[in-house]
Amino acid sequence: MVLYTFNRGMDMDMHHGSVGIVNTRYFTFAEPPHELVLECGEKLGPVTLAYETYGQLDSQKANAILIMHALSGDAHAAGYHTEHDTRSGWWDIMIGPGKAFDTDRYFVICSNCLGGCRGSTGPSSLNPRTGTPYAMEFPLITIADMVRAQKELIDSLGIEKLLAVAGGSMGGMKVLEWAIEFPDRVRSAIPIATTSHLSPQGIAFNEVGRQAIMSDPHWNRGNYYGGTAPNRGLALARMIGHITYLSDESMHMKFGRRLQDRKGLSYDFLTDFQVESYLHYQGDVFTQRFDANSYLYITKAIDYFDLAEKGEGSLVKACARAKAAFLIIAFSSDWLYPPYQNKEIADALRVNNVEASFCILDSSYGHDAFLLEAEQQTHLVSHFLRHVYEEHVRGVHERGGGTT
Amino acid sequence: MSPEMTALRLRPDLMRIYKIIQPGSRVLDLGAGSGDLLKALERHKGATVRGVEISEEGIMECIAKGIPVYQSNLDEGLADYGAQSFDYVILSQTLQQVHKPKLILQEIVRVGKIGVVSIPNFGHWHIRFQLLLRGTMPKTTYIPYDWYETPNIHLLSISDFRELCRGLGIQILNEWPVSLKEGPLKFLMRRWPNLLAPLGIFEISRG
Repeated sequence: MVLYTFNRGMDMDMHHGSVGIVNTRYFTFAEPPHELVLECGEKLGPVTLAYETYGQLDSQKANAILIMHALSGDAHAAGYHTEHDTRSGWWDIMIGPGKAFDTDRYFVICSNCLGGCRGSTGPSSLNPRTGTPYAMEFPLITIADMVRAQKELIDSLGIEKLLAVAGGSMGGMKVLEWAIEFPDRVRSAIPIATTSHLSPQGIAFNEVGRQAIMSDPHWNRGNYYGGTAPNRGLALARMIGHITYLSDESMHMKFGRRLQDRKGLSYDFLTDFQVESYLHYQGDVFTQRFDANSYLYITKAIDYFDLAEKGEGSLVKACARAKAAFLIIAFSSDWLYPPYQNKEIADALRVNNVEASFCILDSSYGHDAFLLEAEQQTHLVSHFLRHVYEEHVRGVHERGGGTT
Repeated sequence: MSPEMTALRLRPDLMRIYKIIQPGSRVLDLGAGSGDLLKALERHKGATVRGVEISEEGIMECIAKGIPVYQSNLDEGLADYGAQSFDYVILSQTLQQVHKPKLILQEIVRVGKIGVVSIPNFGHWHIRFQLLLRGTMPKTTYIPYDWYETPNIHLLSISDFRELCRGLGIQILNEWPVSLKEGPLKFLMRRWPNLLAPLGIFEISRG
């Protein structure tokens, strides 16, 4: 979801180094007959998660931070894959030496979600029973399933308690799921630009995106692997998505009504405006890195997420299970995951006397602000983490060792 | 200035509030500002602290100090907090800036076992003299704004505050006239606070 031409903050002084060249690793579990039992009731196995790590895990395994990506993100959150790589990980402004998630101090993990197409098991993976890609045979997965799969990875790394879980948008949903479902496994939680349940408006946009894919003749009920992919549909879904990630103001600033490579209107259905060209470009590049079926499954998981279900319909009741310290960040111009939805989470937590900070950062970037606004986010996140970490270290000393 | 005051670097009115709070209390500060008071209470009195603050700048400073803070406008009330869920709820020199002072006072004594409220006193002789002799809107150390850019929309005197509490059935447990400067008038200030105290601090509770 990174906008190539929005690079505010990338070259600021406060963002020191990069984590450098990184490798994606793979963790496979849930081999039959010990498959992962999903919320929908079906079983899935084996399951592979692609993940990357940055920094060093300390001897007590107490400095681990799990970063969660959004709809189109992946395990590659920071650094570069090769020396000639021009594009850094999706949250490189926040992860690295001296950055908000300071890799000189913390061990940062990011994994591609279950259902994804960037190395983790998803609809484009081979179904071991048939030897062909799952396609629509892949079971409907949920945010809770994604988090349970992630927990297996964290277990395998021997990390008993994460110092923090953090992420924006769908990543924020996973943060909430972690904090409520595994309260003893997370010391702090940083949900950003997110919600406890997607608004009907959000579901509507997701459905239009899915319909764009499914009405592409190449979609072929999901069986396009080995043939032509439904790239028109996927690009269209991405174009719609991108509109929802921006704001009226950011579009004015970025494009205005400027024309693209022409002096006057075409009086034809060609690309006239820069904003059109931008959306076409974003749609096209997306098809080179994303699987249409994954887009269907992941957007469905986002639509289904409703944290209040864990409290018999009450968000307050659901949040009673949380033990982590929270830092909740919203952005003023985000209309896809608006500030009031972030505030609902903060309210439900503070009713339960959970230590929760809540902040609405002033930004014109819309929902995408969490990927772009480095300065304020860095201030909030770095100080918050420092206090959580120092409190933990102090606690260890007072108890005379031990990390639990 | 006492050594404790100097060490904490708190304004004298905040120092008085700091002294009121019992160790180990649960404290909510409405208008936490830079979080200095809450930080002092957490560090030196072992208090469990929470802040509410409207400005992004204040939020940034509170987070930097490790104070849990919630960005909100006080006029939205405190509906989320359970009755008597804090030992103390603090409102420091902010009552005169909220749209619904009655509502916020009722909320303070609902949510807190004790409310600690400080106000700049509009009945202070300095203010009365400015209006009487110069015929202009008063400006003092405590109410430093020009009339055209003041955030103060509900200025009041110590007497006004007492009367409002009476009307709302709110009990005033304690009352301290405070001045930022130590002066020879200190004894007299206690005798005639509405005339001589620039600030008033009150401990209040549900009647």
